[in-house]
Amino acid sequence: MRLIVNGNETNVSAETFAELLLELGYEDMPVATAVNMSVVRKKDRDIVRLKEGDRVEILVPMQGG
Amino acid sequence: MDPLQFYGVTVASRLLLGTAQYPSPAILADAITRSEADILTVSLRRESTGGSGGRDFWKLISAMGKKILPNTAGCHSAKEAITTAEMARDVFDTPWIKLEVIGNADTLQPDVFGLVEAARELCAQGFQVFPYTTDDLIVAEKLLSVGCEVLMPWGAPIGSGKGLNNRFALKAMRAHFPNVPLVVDAGLGVPSHAADAMELGYDAVLLNTAVAKAGDPAAMAEGFALAVKAGRLAYRAGAMEARDMAVPSTPVFGQPFV
Repeated sequence: MRLIVNGNETNVSAETFAELLLELGYEDMPVATAVNMSVVRKKDRDIVRLKEGDRVEILVPMQGG
Repeated sequence: MDPLQFYGVTVASRLLLGTAQYPSPAILADAITRSEADILTVSLRRESTGGSGGRDFWKLISAMGKKILPNTAGCHSAKEAITTAEMARDVFDTPWIKLEVIGNADTLQPDVFGLVEAARELCAQGFQVFPYTTDDLIVAEKLLSVGCEVLMPWGAPIGSGKGLNNRFALKAMRAHFPNVPLVVDAGLGVPSHAADAMELGYDAVLLNTAVAKAGDPAAMAEGFALAVKAGRLAYRAGAMEARDMAVPSTPVFGQPFV
């Protein structure tokens, strides 16, 4: 399936958000997630299913002012 | 004792510190320690491909044991800011959000219309909003009316180091909202700027670049910590009235040779 992950076209086999994080190597990182500008909370990542062309954001804590 | 509370939470320092632009993680950690800050601002960003910057940064910050104030830096619309805030709450597990809705990429001036719109929605969702705003009193009243219990007017544009560009407006804001926690956020360059804000009666200051871009960030952090304490003490002590003419401090009575 083709997704836009953090602005980059990405082909993945994951079907849920939880699987996507595993596939992309985020499994042990604190991350915030959204799809098509809607937040996907931690508790919902196992049930939210992805579909072709979804725009996914995976954000991590960073320096900020 | 001179406690400060934000949304019912007592904080141990009147200096809030940003975590960006430091020369190294070790210097960031030293600066945090010497600033004595109790609240650190952080952001959410995309991780670079194959990178671990986010994980390493969060490990360092978590180990400091400070309160976390996530921001919505870089958001140019209420919608972006609301979504970013919702994501921040999910990952940082805090209702606090430093709400920034930027209106102009060059000046980084707050879009106060988008700010009020986003603050209304976030307060309704249970967020505890720290709005980065201008010194406009009507905007401030709108922010309070939608549920904000803290106001964070700018001293000068973000990263400019100019200090308090409009002392009159900031003084008026202090007088207009005597019971609202007020934080000067942005534009401070040297510790005397922080002392100035505190002497006006501001409850705290938030800064980042002035420390991070100093020649010795950790030493500058300590300088700001001392200035914030000095300014607060001076405000509570009550400053003398300035005079136009000289007045001798040594008693005139008993002066010889007259």
